[in-house]
Amino acid sequence: MNVREERSVATSLSSDKNFDVVNTSVEKIDGYALVKGKPVFTDDFDVPDSLIVKILRSPHAHAIVKNVDASKALELSGVACVLTYKDVPRIAFTRAGQGYPEPSPYDTFVLDKKVRYVGDAVAIVAAESEEIARKALKLIKVEYDVLDNIIDYEHAMDENAPIIHDESEISGAYDPKHNIASHYEMHFGDVDEELSKCDVTTEKTFYTPNQSHAMMEPHAAISYFDANGRLTIITSTQVPYHVRRIIKRIFGVESRVIKPRIGGGFGGKQAVHVEAYVTAVTLKTGRPARCIYTRKETMTASNTRHAMRFKIRVGADKDANLRVIDMQGLSNTGAYGEHALTTFMVAGSKTLPLYNKVNAVRFMGDIVYTNTESAGAFRGYGAPQGAFALDCALDELAHKLGMDPVEFKLKNSIREGETSPVFKVMGEGREGVEQIVGSCKIEECAIEGAKLFNWHEKRERQRIEGTKAHGYGVAFAMQGSSIPAIDMGGATIKMNDDGTFNLMIGATDLGTGSDTILAQIAAEALHTSVGKFVVYSSDTDVTPFDKGAYASSTTYVSGNATKRAAERMAREILKAASEITGESVEKLHLENGKVISKSGKSLTYSEIQTQLFYTFKQRQLEVTESFVSEVSPPPYMVTFAEIEIDLETGKVDVMSMLNYVDCGTPINPLLARGQVEGASSQGIGMALYEEHIFDKNGRMVTDDFFTYKVPSRDDIKKITVKFADSYEPTGPFGAKSVSEIGLDTPGPVIANAIFDAVGIRVNRLPIKSEDLYFKLNERGLTP
Amino acid sequence: MLVRFNLNGEEIESEVRDDERALDFLRRIGMKSVKEGCGEGECGACTIIVNGRNVVSCLMLAPELDGTEVWTTEGLSFKNELDPIQKAFVDEGAIQCGFCTPGMVMSAKALLMKNPQPTVEEIKKGMEGNLCRCTGYFKIIEAVKKAADEN
Repeated sequence: MNVREERSVATSLSSDKNFDVVNTSVEKIDGYALVKGKPVFTDDFDVPDSLIVKILRSPHAHAIVKNVDASKALELSGVACVLTYKDVPRIAFTRAGQGYPEPSPYDTFVLDKKVRYVGDAVAIVAAESEEIARKALKLIKVEYDVLDNIIDYEHAMDENAPIIHDESEISGAYDPKHNIASHYEMHFGDVDEELSKCDVTTEKTFYTPNQSHAMMEPHAAISYFDANGRLTIITSTQVPYHVRRIIKRIFGVESRVIKPRIGGGFGGKQAVHVEAYVTAVTLKTGRPARCIYTRKETMTASNTRHAMRFKIRVGADKDANLRVIDMQGLSNTGAYGEHALTTFMVAGSKTLPLYNKVNAVRFMGDIVYTNTESAGAFRGYGAPQGAFALDCALDELAHKLGMDPVEFKLKNSIREGETSPVFKVMGEGREGVEQIVGSCKIEECAIEGAKLFNWHEKRERQRIEGTKAHGYGVAFAMQGSSIPAIDMGGATIKMNDDGTFNLMIGATDLGTGSDTILAQIAAEALHTSVGKFVVYSSDTDVTPFDKGAYASSTTYVSGNATKRAAERMAREILKAASEITGESVEKLHLENGKVISKSGKSLTYSEIQTQLFYTFKQRQLEVTESFVSEVSPPPYMVTFAEIEIDLETGKVDVMSMLNYVDCGTPINPLLARGQVEGASSQGIGMALYEEHIFDKNGRMVTDDFFTYKVPSRDDIKKITVKFADSYEPTGPFGAKSVSEIGLDTPGPVIANAIFDAVGIRVNRLPIKSEDLYFKLNERGLTP
Repeated sequence: MLVRFNLNGEEIESEVRDDERALDFLRRIGMKSVKEGCGEGECGACTIIVNGRNVVSCLMLAPELDGTEVWTTEGLSFKNELDPIQKAFVDEGAIQCGFCTPGMVMSAKALLMKNPQPTVEEIKKGMEGNLCRCTGYFKIIEAVKKAADEN
């Protein structure tokens, strides 16, 4: 196959798609409230008589709490309580918000007598005001027995390394005596034998950083007993149902969890952070309690991306057939094993199936504890880490073969109708599911993308001119849509007599626009407009269960649940109309908010429900449906990028980036574009400057927006997003996921473009200008 | 101490503590559009307009509001009629989670008050103090441009 040939990929299906509401960029239904600054976030809720909760945090990376003397703090007027590990249940749990039983080890306590990173919670303080709470924190005297620590994860398994989790209650960890939270290995074929048969091989080690989510809204929660004594928690979470379940596990108390608007999460809110602290205070004092993290707490004491190291070996024959991939990894889960196994597995399961023509694959490694902030879920969930190693290694292999990397990667990638054994072998925390790829437009993404980007013409250009070098890179990616056979979402639709519907969903809109796109799906199926849907999302007492917003699942799982519910509601409406009119259902159809009969009669939805309320076969039309998927259809993406290197400083600028995405039908193209642009920007940050740095005592030195740089407007030049003409047969109106995949390519595409520009193969993210400058200098490329 | 100032077109008189941040004070009197994202002037989520300039209210003390003219996002839409900037943010899909949005809108407002027809470069410059982690900024720039074009 030669990508250079002037040919276009045949597009299909677009003529079959005839949507009214889906595939249109309707306004975000919460847009007006947000743009007016309405009080919709957790911190905006004033609950009268609330205590202010603050957490006393450890200054030591690893220490035994010998004694906590809170007497001075308790003497302070306005201090309601100071809770230590003696005052909270000693129940081991995981903060990870995952399907139950969670694949993450139970290695965490609300408060423990041991602290495992700088920032670990030592005591919970509740006071009448912020000021008093702060004063109280300073009055608590803690005696620590400081232990040796492990900050560098490459030394976590050293002989004589201190044991971070020696508590007897730990369960689900692989080998805590050697600081191994989880271990995984899989293989098929014999990688060593295959490598020996290859004409061209490459072997390299790649590193990715512990990126911070840096969502704009810090973690926050408020708890109180309602008038009937039911514990209610308002919290900025992606996983309200998991929060409810974990709170019950810890405290043995039933609760109602309300998710208001969420100011961004990116996986950072797929965990229990603040909820347990406010709950402990409300249970102790009977009073409302609110805890809003500072930016520093959000940076230092929540979650980061798992930093990973991959030693990768790949090989191909002289005809450029990729024959083998071997990835041996090490992942840093920090102080606790949240999402430890699953993020590591996703580094393989959401990258390896892309190259399904190999004879042998091995993927293995350890996920280790260190005395640093716990890692957790973060958009991409391991896939960006795996993709950096794999795509860069394949880029190098293409170079060794003297082949265009677009051509090499495309030649070896998966196609519609094909499968990969990896789908079945690797799930999340357990075996996966077999699946045949029902939609894959990677050829369109690569070939049309190359044309749109002017790939071939650009690669003819001079790379170094004066003090600037330009380079051109390409990266391929896949992700998934949901965790199949595990994650379930529900949707309830209730019809009102004014012609509106309530759409009640457990799906958790954290800024993605899922409330809007689920309303679009429901409106499409019910032949009405989005404006007729009043959406309530995530109140565990009101909305049906949903696993939460993670694993690129909302459009696919919650979308399919919504579609099912809407289709059943449509049948209910037709049945009722048939009873009212006396015409058979076959002679009726739905159109523009009405039931129309072949004889020309019409009844509006409002007229139908009004009759059903008051005068005719009285009943409320309401349906609930659930969806759990058997498969996880991957979206695909090919990214092209042009970078400019300032040879005087080593600074890299991403001048333009083209993301050609196959996400099936984009339910709302404008919102889908926003997902890709936002993920690309986070990926550029991770590729070029985002990283948490710790000093030797484990104190994070990049703990605010001064020291931890996220891309600002000037750092993001040009990103173009193009959607392939694709239709996923199992998706709601042909949709797959789109929220995570954009983060998979910036790392490799920038590194590949740097190689193209100056011949330097960067193997560590972020690519700091000073590091690159020294490499350029070594090669005599600096002026 | 007592401060008197004009808030969103209305004269306000209120007791504030000497060390109270303008951010906390404004939220205390119901201006919940003013968000705290970092508390040290880096993210811009708490941006308000004081005497025609966009400032971060987390680095301003409430007593400094005395005698000023202050606008928050609450004051931008009268009788449910959105400011053209707000409308453009909705139209262009410039809102994802919405937490940075009020601060963004106020920086855009301050910019357009000074320079009704900014170039794209001037928009980028005018709003560089506001961080957004969701959008990658493209649609925000497009929204401000659109609002300016419709001026």
